[in-house]
Amino acid sequence: MTNTLHRFGTAESFRDDYVIFAMCCRGKNDEGALPKLKKFLEMAVPFRPVNLGDARHGGALRPSRSLNPTSHWNRDMTPDFQAVIDGLDTTTTVAAVFDNRPAAEAFLDRVREADLGLSINVSTSVDGADQCCHAAGINRHSVGYSLGFEGKTEKLPNSQVLTLMTLCGHGMIASSLAKKMIDWVKEGRRSPDQAVTYLSRFCSCGVFNPARAKRVLEDALSKTR
Amino acid sequence: MRISRDRCVACGNCTYVCPMGAIYIDPAIKRATVDRDECVECYACVNGMSQEHLNPTLVRTLRRVFQFFRLRFEPEPDVCPTAAFEPEELTWPRVVRRAFSDPRVPHESTGVEGRGTEEVKTNDVSNRVGVGEVGFTIEFGRPGVGVRFFEIQEMTRALAERGVHFEKKNPVTTLMSDISTGDIREEILNEKIMSAIVEVKVPVERTEEVIRLVWDVEKRIDTVVALGVGTRCEANGEENVVAPILERLGYRLERAKTNTGLGRATNHPARAQEVTA
Repeated sequence: MTNTLHRFGTAESFRDDYVIFAMCCRGKNDEGALPKLKKFLEMAVPFRPVNLGDARHGGALRPSRSLNPTSHWNRDMTPDFQAVIDGLDTTTTVAAVFDNRPAAEAFLDRVREADLGLSINVSTSVDGADQCCHAAGINRHSVGYSLGFEGKTEKLPNSQVLTLMTLCGHGMIASSLAKKMIDWVKEGRRSPDQAVTYLSRFCSCGVFNPARAKRVLEDALSKTR
Repeated sequence: MRISRDRCVACGNCTYVCPMGAIYIDPAIKRATVDRDECVECYACVNGMSQEHLNPTLVRTLRRVFQFFRLRFEPEPDVCPTAAFEPEELTWPRVVRRAFSDPRVPHESTGVEGRGTEEVKTNDVSNRVGVGEVGFTIEFGRPGVGVRFFEIQEMTRALAERGVHFEKKNPVTTLMSDISTGDIREEILNEKIMSAIVEVKVPVERTEEVIRLVWDVEKRIDTVVALGVGTRCEANGEENVVAPILERLGYRLERAKTNTGLGRATNHPARAQEVTA
């Protein structure tokens, strides 16, 4: 079910993955929605998300159309949340990604107070979302369960690669790139932080979770030691 | 997507970033080349990679010098040093590849990016899945496998035979030539795409029937399927109807999207009626 539902992992592994997103319904509440979507993003910043993004332009780390060759030695790896907010120019899905439940709960509570009128969804483990809603004093309206991958699953890569590539729900992170980054980290050619930024730039909807990706890369590294 | 033979320096970076593995270095011409049949026009290469605008002749010369001295040339892995990608003007039926693969392009039929459907994400406003109903999202091809429409048609035909209700505001539904049979337009059947979602809605009592049907069709198609099941919660926020059915069928419910119910209709009523009509 779209971008974040089928992230690969156990419920326990989603302890550092809380995606809260806002969207409007075409023909129902899309008039004047753009400022509300911007406000949603602005409200998220004080709660220290690990990523912000929109489905049209991507997340807080974006590729450059005209990269300076000297950037190979001093490439900027700082997420630019303000650029995401300023760059939002159309009504689309916007998301804030958190790596801990208290922050997600506090942000959800703030969103409830703001009463934007937009549809707000929480994507994480079933229990994690339930706890967030409970903490914010919200009764869940609907739930969409992920039943995972079926069919020709032999075509899927190993679990570490699958965990990384499903951090972009639209499948824009190639399995071969995820595998390459795991290998580069293991070989000491790049740090986990650097590898995370490469992967992050391919996620076009802004829901990539760099904290979770870093943990996966560090796990992979620790298993080789 | 095409890659300029004049500009490509065969650094190989793009071969790793293609989700379909459709880019390779052609040994005959020593240039990156796109396998047109496998390419789903997702634009991950051109949109995801940063672009430098270096002189191709200079870069090729430097690469040859490094290669001669057995020095490893290790550029940033997400950069095309010469901006060699050449997106092309897509025509029917190839254009459906991009519509279902590049998440930045909204689907014309629904106006929604990504897979092109709102599902239960706006259920608090749309009431798409009502009390006592279950909405299925049957997604094909993701992650990294891809799917052709003739495989999707296997599922839509099987579902149509059981008389299920296809969601009208869904891009796959709009490409059916006959909703009553689940037939998809013939000219696109062999087009390969990153992924697509078929959406159906049934009464809760038919949940198991649909899942068993999906299991059966999965065996006949050559791709992965990701099944999502959406339903309404009770007034107190609990959901104790569908989850037990899924668990009884052997599913572990690890992850979910939860609609918090904070949305509401705010458009001018006349405009809302106009869109609905």
